[in-house]
Amino acid sequence: MSPLAFILVIIVAFIAGVASVVDERQFHRPLVACTLMGLALAPGSADPGWAISTGIMLGGALELIALGWMNVGAAMAPDSALASTISAIVVIQGHQDITTGIAVAVPLAAAGQVLTIFVRTITVFFQHQADNFAKTANFRGIEAMHISGMVLQGLRVAIPTAIVAAISTDSLNAMLNAIPAEVTMGLRIAGGMITVVGFAMVVNMMRSKALMPFFFLGFIAASAIPAGQSIAVTGGPADLSVALSSMAQLNLVGIGILGAILGLLYTQLNPLFHKSETVVVAAPSNDLDNELE
Amino acid sequence: MSENLNLEKQTREVPELTQGDKINTYFRSTFLLGSFNFERMQSIGFAVSMIPAIKRFYSTKEEQAEALTRHLEFFNTQPWVASSIMGVTAAMEREKAAGKDIDDAAITNVKVGLMGPLAGVGDPIYWGTARIVLAAIGASFAIAGNILGPLIFFFGLSAIRWATRWYGFKYGYEKGTEIVSEAGGNTLQKITQGASVMGLFVMGALVYRWTSVNIPLKLTEYTDQTGAHVDVTVQSILNQLLPGLASLALCFLCMWLLKKKVNAIWIIFGLFAVGIAGAYTGFLGL
Repeated sequence: MSPLAFILVIIVAFIAGVASVVDERQFHRPLVACTLMGLALAPGSADPGWAISTGIMLGGALELIALGWMNVGAAMAPDSALASTISAIVVIQGHQDITTGIAVAVPLAAAGQVLTIFVRTITVFFQHQADNFAKTANFRGIEAMHISGMVLQGLRVAIPTAIVAAISTDSLNAMLNAIPAEVTMGLRIAGGMITVVGFAMVVNMMRSKALMPFFFLGFIAASAIPAGQSIAVTGGPADLSVALSSMAQLNLVGIGILGAILGLLYTQLNPLFHKSETVVVAAPSNDLDNELE
Repeated sequence: MSENLNLEKQTREVPELTQGDKINTYFRSTFLLGSFNFERMQSIGFAVSMIPAIKRFYSTKEEQAEALTRHLEFFNTQPWVASSIMGVTAAMEREKAAGKDIDDAAITNVKVGLMGPLAGVGDPIYWGTARIVLAAIGASFAIAGNILGPLIFFFGLSAIRWATRWYGFKYGYEKGTEIVSEAGGNTLQKITQGASVMGLFVMGALVYRWTSVNIPLKLTEYTDQTGAHVDVTVQSILNQLLPGLASLALCFLCMWLLKKKVNAIWIIFGLFAVGIAGAYTGFLGL
């Protein structure tokens, strides 16, 4: 790894670490973090274009798995920041396939979760310092405590990432190659199943008896609308198949739009949301009736 | 005695927040969770976001110290909707500074009263629907190596986030405590339900599209009329019933486990173990 790439990797990891707690600009999501890691690893790489596009692809693949990972209330999600940064180094620097990246990412997400819980406990100390600063209206002091918490979160991702980045590619690959073939195969199979854990988290958050039919409707709709892979193009110009595959990607946009329309119709037609309006309208008309009597 | 004091205070002129103050508050609010801790969660972030307002409204050190202490109380909500709570709080702080009879508990009560219901609105809309839909679309592009994927996700979500914070703060600041009655009202409930319908619909589609469970375990075999050899596997039977049935069942199993407070990461490790065992025995395939 070139020195420039090494520095860029640490910066990206630090930003991802801060973002993992702030949850604002989404730099900790695999889709963004892996793309940035690809860009960071490009300088000095034998094939910068390949590094960038592999970063994007890994980001997409990890995003599928991490889709439902979210911090709701006090509940903690597996950490996508550390998982994204280190697996990007493994895949791009170590020239491993994306499935290996996913297999590496999951234990890292668990390790990252432990680290962030640790930091969030340490930050209690900053909280009490902030209380003391508040007594003397020391604005700077409170701001410093706030920033210290963020810096710790950045470091908890940046330091492990830097350690992995410093390990030579050969020893990294030797470790990965020591994994038996059955395990690799098993991890590939599991890769298709673990996406569902994130989906289940989201459904659990939003589920209500009245709305669950829409979940089943989505499931059936997806099986009825052909996915990109099933569109077979036999013959025809090569351009057509490219156009079709991009159409297939838009397919998910279509499902999103369909969902939005259903949401709109549901709220428009739901009598629950008309009650208050009718009450408001009914009240003056009753008065009129009374007057006529 | 205290009434006299209040009357005396009421003559005080308190300036409005300037455009610069609002921009400053917005910028600070984007780091709300920076010092998240298990004791009081987002409290330092909230206090830091309120600093421009506190500096504008209060001139004495004592009043500033009181206001800062007030906002270091426990606070936790969906981060983006927090801006509207900051708006309401700023409006109340201004009235308090002007000498209106608002005690510390009133401001805390409004904050606590809003953070629960607004998180109930914000979580399904932003985390459950907006981020999921944009991430799913983004990922479908990114898997093919298309840079549009991360760009759609990042800029799409940023626009939503920015609008929620900026207009949420403005609305809260202008409306003040009126917003409290609206938080439980019909409009927000309507938006939440509509978003949940969309979110659940997309989740259903994703369970079908992006989860793959294949059980190629052979049950029996036969030769059909054309003389072709047909294997009957668990998967082929499941596919005849309903394609993706195994994925759906797995989803419900995970939902049940998560409800039993099993950590998501353990379920993922469990599935890894199942996958490895399945590959070893041939029970599961790609």
